[in-house]
Amino acid sequence: MLLGAVSAVSAATLPTAQVNTTGLAVTDTTVKVGILHSTTGTMAISETGSVEAEMLAIEQINAMGGILGRKIEVIQEDGASDWPTFAEKAKKLLEKDKVAAVMGCWTSASRKAVLPVFEKDNGLLYYPTFYEGLEESKNVFYTGQEATQQILAGLDWASKELGAKTFYLVGSDYIWPRTSMKIARKHIENVLKGTVVGEEYYPLGSTQFGSLINKIKLKKPDLVFGAVVGGSNVAWFKQLNAAGLTFKKQPMLTISVTEDEVLGIGGENVEGLYSSMKYFQALDLPGNKKFIDAFKKRWGDDSVIGDVTESAYLGPWLWLRAVEAAKSFDVDKVVAASPGIEWEDSPHGYLKVDKNHHLWMKTRIGEWQKDGQVKIVYESDVIKPDPFPAGYQ
Amino acid sequence: MDGYSASELLNIFAMQAFAGVSLFSVFVLMALGLAIIFGQMGVINMAHGEFLTIGAYSTVMMSILAEKYMPEFLPYYFIFAVIAAFIVAFTIGYLVEFLMIRHLYRRPLDTLLATWGLSLIMQQIFRSSFGAREVSATLPDWLMGSWQPVEGVDIPLNGLFVLGLTLLLSLAVFIFLFKSRWGLKVRATTQNRLMAGAVGISTPMVDRLTFAIGCGIAGVAGAAFTTIASTGPTSGSLYIVDTFLVVVFGGAGSLLGTFASAFTIAQAQSVMEFFMSGSMAKVLTLLTVIIILMIRPEGLFSVKVRK
Repeated sequence: MLLGAVSAVSAATLPTAQVNTTGLAVTDTTVKVGILHSTTGTMAISETGSVEAEMLAIEQINAMGGILGRKIEVIQEDGASDWPTFAEKAKKLLEKDKVAAVMGCWTSASRKAVLPVFEKDNGLLYYPTFYEGLEESKNVFYTGQEATQQILAGLDWASKELGAKTFYLVGSDYIWPRTSMKIARKHIENVLKGTVVGEEYYPLGSTQFGSLINKIKLKKPDLVFGAVVGGSNVAWFKQLNAAGLTFKKQPMLTISVTEDEVLGIGGENVEGLYSSMKYFQALDLPGNKKFIDAFKKRWGDDSVIGDVTESAYLGPWLWLRAVEAAKSFDVDKVVAASPGIEWEDSPHGYLKVDKNHHLWMKTRIGEWQKDGQVKIVYESDVIKPDPFPAGYQ
Repeated sequence: MDGYSASELLNIFAMQAFAGVSLFSVFVLMALGLAIIFGQMGVINMAHGEFLTIGAYSTVMMSILAEKYMPEFLPYYFIFAVIAAFIVAFTIGYLVEFLMIRHLYRRPLDTLLATWGLSLIMQQIFRSSFGAREVSATLPDWLMGSWQPVEGVDIPLNGLFVLGLTLLLSLAVFIFLFKSRWGLKVRATTQNRLMAGAVGISTPMVDRLTFAIGCGIAGVAGAAFTTIASTGPTSGSLYIVDTFLVVVFGGAGSLLGTFASAFTIAQAQSVMEFFMSGSMAKVLTLLTVIIILMIRPEGLFSVKVRK
């Protein structure tokens, strides 16, 4: 972080004509950046945390003197949980506002909607959600984990530490869980030599899991591997608990439960559940301590920080580093300067930007405690991102 | 089903039967209030789901209050939360009828639009006042876990509670509609509004109370659902489709039809879910309902109403 402060002073001497040759909204004192998330509609639940983290990072950067000596001005647009609106707002940010970079999107559907806009207008997007992979764009940096960084590491751990041989796959019915489970099944069958004894998807928003729970009881898998999202999660865990399936009796690993969800589910309903994530609020790292303190100071003591919120926080910082390395706001130069950027003490520890625009990072397994926080039970080595894993498609 | 012992299968059969019954009680709770409003008054209340949410948020608020100020009260608060949910939803329903619905009785389709707008407004109010995140009521210990009548059979306690509440509420609605003076007035108004007015029944008052009671029941349903699902600004919209399905399938206006339809849909869905995936079961359930409605457009049980 010191790097930013030092170069900001020297960068003030760089004239605007030199750092901006493509007509972006950069003046001698300011640079405009877009934030594009849903603050209304069904996705507002999830995206609120991302907006808060991005605002915090930008305020911190400004407090340090800005970027190349210029203060960041935020233009915030609301995607309203509606994918065409996302595309329209992206177009507005890039073509009318000429923002130098955009932090935004959450669902894969919204990202797919804005992708052609960013590619056509040569914009720059920092995308924070862990997702199904199978994508790579010159104009997008993915600050969350792609599928293999979450799923493979998690399953390997379950196979080794819990001795899991039989697996039951459960997810909400849309693209992310289905793609994730496809990768999980291949890994279980081909690498772990285990068996998938059941694979099921429930409609988004489903609140009745009685029959599914009975099937799990009958099959007694060594591990339930879950990707149920949103409000369904609450019903799912409350009913599992009520049916006597505690996680001591029936181990379960999920890739969709973070601190945000647990707030709604209630800690008592997830005690003993495992989550596979790169980040947990409970991570005992100096970078994380600073991040949590700043976040709570800015957004209140009651706020919780989940994996995606942390990914969103990384966006502005990675952009800062790339811009300072490129000594320019021009998208092509920023993109070229990005691969290889390292960050030793990010909130989740060491990370590095790969040339495929995803991050090298560690995966952790957290065991949920009654207080809604995890105990870290496993930490992988730094994993190279692989959005197109061979043999998993 | 090979590879499983007879007792294992028997246990699963028992638990699966309860899963069906549990879904049935959820359906009845959701549909009861709507059946009264839609069946007796012909008002298509698209905001029914939001009245459920009001009940759920009332419960959550009570749980927070209990936790903060009266921890020793925590084991008992839930009973009061159910009553509070009824009162809050009843009051808001009463106001909504007075301010909005009563002006639209001659235009039934406009009630659909108006209540749909109302539901969007209410969702935004929930979001602004309680935040966009899902919240959860702290459940008393006696509502958690399961009851084991025999080894290997777990009957969820919250499911039992919802079932009990459903029976109690159904009984209350039955007595209200068919054994009380008020019920008599409600039924008279439904069957012949002009004549009812002519014999001295205040039909506007009957409408207002019927609507408010329907909303109050939705509130109780919402309180009950906090034990099995989440509470968020859009929770209500998750239920509205199923609720209308149950009411229309059963035949609007027939309480018996509502029970029969809830039972049929719940059992069909729960059995199919056991043998295929959840999404597939939902699709097949909807298809079945469509086919039966094509054969019997009035629903399973239709009531003859003088038009």
